[in-house]
Amino acid sequence: MKIRPAIEATGLRKSFGDKLVLDGIDIVVPAGSIYSLLGPNGAGKTTAVKIMSSLIPADSGEVWIDGHDLATDPNFVRASIGVTGQFSAVDDMLTGRENLRLMAELNHLGKREGRRRAEDLLERFDLAEAAKKSPAQYSGGMRRRLDLAMTLVGDPRVIFLDEPTTGLDPRSRRTMWEIIRGLAADGVTIFLTTQYLDEADELADRIAVLDNGKLVAQGTAAQLKQLIPGGHVELRFADTLALRAAARVLDGGRVDEAALTLQVPSDGDVASVRALLDRLRDARVENASLAVHTPDLDDVFFALTGHPTLDTQQEKETV
Amino acid sequence: MSTATIHPMSDSLTMLRRQLRHSVRNMSTLFNAVFFPIIMLLMFVYIFGGAFNVGVEYVQYVFPGILTMTIAYGVSMTAITVNNDMTQGIIDRFRTMAISRASVLTGHAGGALIRTLAGVTVITLVALLMGFEPNAEFGEWVLAVLLSAFLILGMAWMVIAFGLKAKTVEGASFAAFPLLFLPFMSSAFAPASTMPAGIRWFTDNQPFTPIIETMRGLLTGTPIGNSGLAAVLWCTGLLLAGYAWARRAYATSGR
Ligand SMILES: Nc1ncnc2c1ncn2[C@@H]1O[C@H](COP(=O)(O)OP(=O)(O)O)[C@@H](O)[C@H]1O
Ligand SMILES: [Mg+2]
Repeated sequence: MKIRPAIEATGLRKSFGDKLVLDGIDIVVPAGSIYSLLGPNGAGKTTAVKIMSSLIPADSGEVWIDGHDLATDPNFVRASIGVTGQFSAVDDMLTGRENLRLMAELNHLGKREGRRRAEDLLERFDLAEAAKKSPAQYSGGMRRRLDLAMTLVGDPRVIFLDEPTTGLDPRSRRTMWEIIRGLAADGVTIFLTTQYLDEADELADRIAVLDNGKLVAQGTAAQLKQLIPGGHVELRFADTLALRAAARVLDGGRVDEAALTLQVPSDGDVASVRALLDRLRDARVENASLAVHTPDLDDVFFALTGHPTLDTQQEKETV
Repeated sequence: MSTATIHPMSDSLTMLRRQLRHSVRNMSTLFNAVFFPIIMLLMFVYIFGGAFNVGVEYVQYVFPGILTMTIAYGVSMTAITVNNDMTQGIIDRFRTMAISRASVLTGHAGGALIRTLAGVTVITLVALLMGFEPNAEFGEWVLAVLLSAFLILGMAWMVIAFGLKAKTVEGASFAAFPLLFLPFMSSAFAPASTMPAGIRWFTDNQPFTPIIETMRGLLTGTPIGNSGLAAVLWCTGLLLAGYAWARRAYATSGR
């Protein structure tokens, strides 16, 4: 038998009515790695996850997971995977602990092993204190952690995470990142979708950018970043006089007289920003404010596709 | 480890336990499910009953109908429990797991059966306190319980399909509306023979009339005639159609 990667999808196509959502995408994820599908709202990320996790059929294309063909062995695939969907899928009428025990029973772990596993996960995901409460009383971060813990009860080899940190506060987001890294370190294969470049950058071994149903770029974070313009520092001034003086001192910047701003290319690290401000101070130019802009999904999209993300497009259209 | 052995029995029992836990935690729904039929029973026996001329004590006549309404009302709650599972996303979680595909739905059907039979027991005790005098032998009691269970399961599978298909909880409860409404257009409160021709045709040909007539015959000894066969056929039809439809709705949800 041919040895296959943990996830291999070829030529996935899917339309809803006459709306084409996936236009033939290919995905290969080697075992034990983290793959991130990056795309704005409405790009088709959830659709891709639903197809690969057996929830909906593709119109055409093949999916192999952990050596099993999804079309012929869906139950083998289901036994290998764990899925944490975009919206939490927990039972609010049960407690956190009961939710985990329910998963243990459905995975046929046996009473004692099931209980042990539930307690382990409660401990590991910092939910032990809230174990007796309904998830309806949990914070967003706790709910998300319970959701993921439920996915892990069956010890899946391949995990799908659909926007695992969307809507979480920065702290919960960090915690979730730690958990995901820990899973990968244990050899679990992770397919994760996100709208945030920094998240993909932080976690993924390989990133694919989804736009208009096609993967417009694939590669490591470093490879993708080479494709996009770097960040910049935006300086705002009190008047045109100061703006022009600053523009003379820091040549190469982009001047916007109407907004009284000057954009200077910069990767945003403290030393270079400090050097920039020192030069202005030496020339006795006072700047009113400063903002550091690091490249984000909009920049990636603009660089790769020549158009902004759908969200920003829509915003502009409705203005 | 990728084993893909499916355990339908044990998965269904797990799902049934989950449903029973939900029921016990949702006391207000449970209370509602018997409270409404009790009010109906009191109203019809003590307020409207005098106006109907049915030849016997009104409670004797009306109880089998109220019993059937209790069943319809109890089962209709399942539309909401199923739809909650759907909108909470938990059904999508189950669908990505290597578990028996029928088990989630079997759990709901079993939950409806146990919950509703509990309601049936309560309303029967209340009726006995109000002077209802059944003349059923043991065998007839058994048949009455079996018919109740059969009706509950038939309607439950229909309602499960509605609950899966409905986009919102409101939609799901609306879909269950015929269950609550049809008994009023049946022989529950007055014999079909007393009704105007058009209404009578409808009453004679809708499922609740033969079911209620059969129940009445079993409990109070009135003649059953063809109603018995019609009741069994209706229940079988509901069960088969509901089961097929619900399984399909489950397998294709989210498309
Ligand atoms: N069941 C469905 N029926 C019709 N259209 C759908 C359905 N699911 C998704 N879509 C459409 O497909 C597109 C991609 O959706 P989705 O995969 O959810 O994107 P993402 O997860 O990247 O935000 C959207 O335009 C969405 O409206
Ligand atoms: Mg999505």
